[in-house]
Amino acid sequence: MKLLFERSCPGRGADLLPPCDVPAASFDASLLRGAAPRLPEISEIDLGRHYTELAKQTHGVNDGFYPLGSCTMKYNPRVNEEMAALPGFTQIHPLQPVETAQGCLEAIYTAEKLLCEITGMDGMTFQPAAGAHGEYTGLLLIRNYHLSRGDTARTKIIVPDSAHGTNPASATMAGFKVVSIPSNPEGGVDLDALRAAVGPDTAGLMLTNPNTVGLFDPNILEITKIVHDAGGLCYYDGANLNAVMGHVRPGDMGFDCVHINLHKTFSTPHGGGGPGSGPVGCKSFLEAFLPTPRVAKTESGYAFSTPEASMGRVRSFYGNFLVVIRALTYVLTLGKEGIPEASAGAVLNANYLMKKLEGVYDMSCDGLCMHEFVMSLERTAHDLGVTAMDVAKRLLDFGMHPPTMYFPLIVHEALMVEPTETESPETLDAAAEVFLKIMEEAKADPESLHNAPHDCAISRPDEVTAARSPIVRYDFDA
Amino acid sequence: MSNIPAELKYSKSHEWVKEEDGVFTIGLTDYAQNALGDIVFINLPEEGDEVTAGESFSDVESVKAVSDVFSPVTGTVCAVNEELLDDPAQVNEAPYEAWLIKVENVTDTEELLDAEGYEAVVAAEEA
Repeated sequence: MKLLFERSCPGRGADLLPPCDVPAASFDASLLRGAAPRLPEISEIDLGRHYTELAKQTHGVNDGFYPLGSCTMKYNPRVNEEMAALPGFTQIHPLQPVETAQGCLEAIYTAEKLLCEITGMDGMTFQPAAGAHGEYTGLLLIRNYHLSRGDTARTKIIVPDSAHGTNPASATMAGFKVVSIPSNPEGGVDLDALRAAVGPDTAGLMLTNPNTVGLFDPNILEITKIVHDAGGLCYYDGANLNAVMGHVRPGDMGFDCVHINLHKTFSTPHGGGGPGSGPVGCKSFLEAFLPTPRVAKTESGYAFSTPEASMGRVRSFYGNFLVVIRALTYVLTLGKEGIPEASAGAVLNANYLMKKLEGVYDMSCDGLCMHEFVMSLERTAHDLGVTAMDVAKRLLDFGMHPPTMYFPLIVHEALMVEPTETESPETLDAAAEVFLKIMEEAKADPESLHNAPHDCAISRPDEVTAARSPIVRYDFDA
Repeated sequence: MSNIPAELKYSKSHEWVKEEDGVFTIGLTDYAQNALGDIVFINLPEEGDEVTAGESFSDVESVKAVSDVFSPVTGTVCAVNEELLDDPAQVNEAPYEAWLIKVENVTDTEELLDAEGYEAVVAAEEA
């Protein structure tokens, strides 16, 4: 399809400005650019068609099944959007007097109380704009805590090798050295390796539970105890909270701070539909270090406050406020009964689909899974030359988004499937049929899978050349 | 089946090592490049940097993932294969020619495996 630059026609435009009715301002020549930027000139209808055409080439949760593991692509209820569109939440200015925005402050305060209840934490900040930003903020809490006690030797963060790649990246950004420890065969923490890794230089441990192969670590209390006994703190990566919310709480597992992804677990828009939100909760002994501002309830109403040893701001103003409104709507809609029901549904759906595929696809672990499961295509790749990538690409022909591929790294030829609770049994049955049919195809005609997808607008983009020699700007002279 | 030349030494984390007159040349094995897939970017240290046995000195990015490369030895980097910065595909095409770094003043090495020992490591990972 044509780029906007290729659709451009000099003099065409998409807006009609009224005549200027104020005096023209003049600027120093040094502040002005030498030539006008070469922006595309295009009419509104052509612009609209351009984006509609792009939209037709994508796949969203509104188009079909989207079992992208570790991403929790659940449906975002429309009522969330209705609440976030209320003028009381949208027609405000971040700097208007707090006494004129009491409802907004109450919404943040209420969301904090409810999400602290779900995670077992005492205080929370809504500043972080997404999950990795939350990790970074949580790690700064840990760093500031150790430094406040004069304990400058704690420079290392322990991360299991099954972790999300953002964990070591965030730890490095926060100034720590990363110690990677191996997983046990179930993808859980190897207790002996953890005991050997902790010491007076341990600042903390970052952990996802359930872990990235979709299993709840039965040693979790022992794990957090080992770290605490060594003087470190425990950080909970909330990426997989959708498996356990309302059933167990990170705070009760022994974690000291946690980030949650409102855009995963709490049904706010995701991926291209963002922005995200990665609130960070902590136990009371870390609250003094939280970013500013927080919302406090006072005798004269709600007010902004600054924690006494605050790390400052990690983002402008109050985070992605309207995302918080959507998540608050979700929590209030589901309520105390609905929240654990949602998790139970997510776990049931994952196990249902896993059992349908077991025997035909190799599962990374035996037994039951939590909210997602990991299949290994290693045997298929070895025997038939059909890789996880080939299966993923073929799924596109059936109007299904592929699962997460080649993650976690500890499982070879991995496909990580997370159906979420919002899918019906009919959708899961249809997905299982597609998976089974593709395995039949792999046995009958492996070659055809190497060229899949066959029916999509784009077949196999050349990812390698795109990564090695990216073209990141339009070449007017080409 | 991976190509594992008999004359090289290997680490369990899939680096190969060749020692000549006290200089250790380090690269990625055929098994490693195959597992990584098409490599699109390699981050290398600079000459004069210190590397430590068992610790990461480089990261490689493929279309699948970003992975650390661990040093099998402790010492000082005396040469860096800068060609790889522009053309990381060399590691996929000829893993035993496309070395990453050379290290001198080596004070410590990991337990290095011979070809037979490394073949057993690879066989275990493929099992």
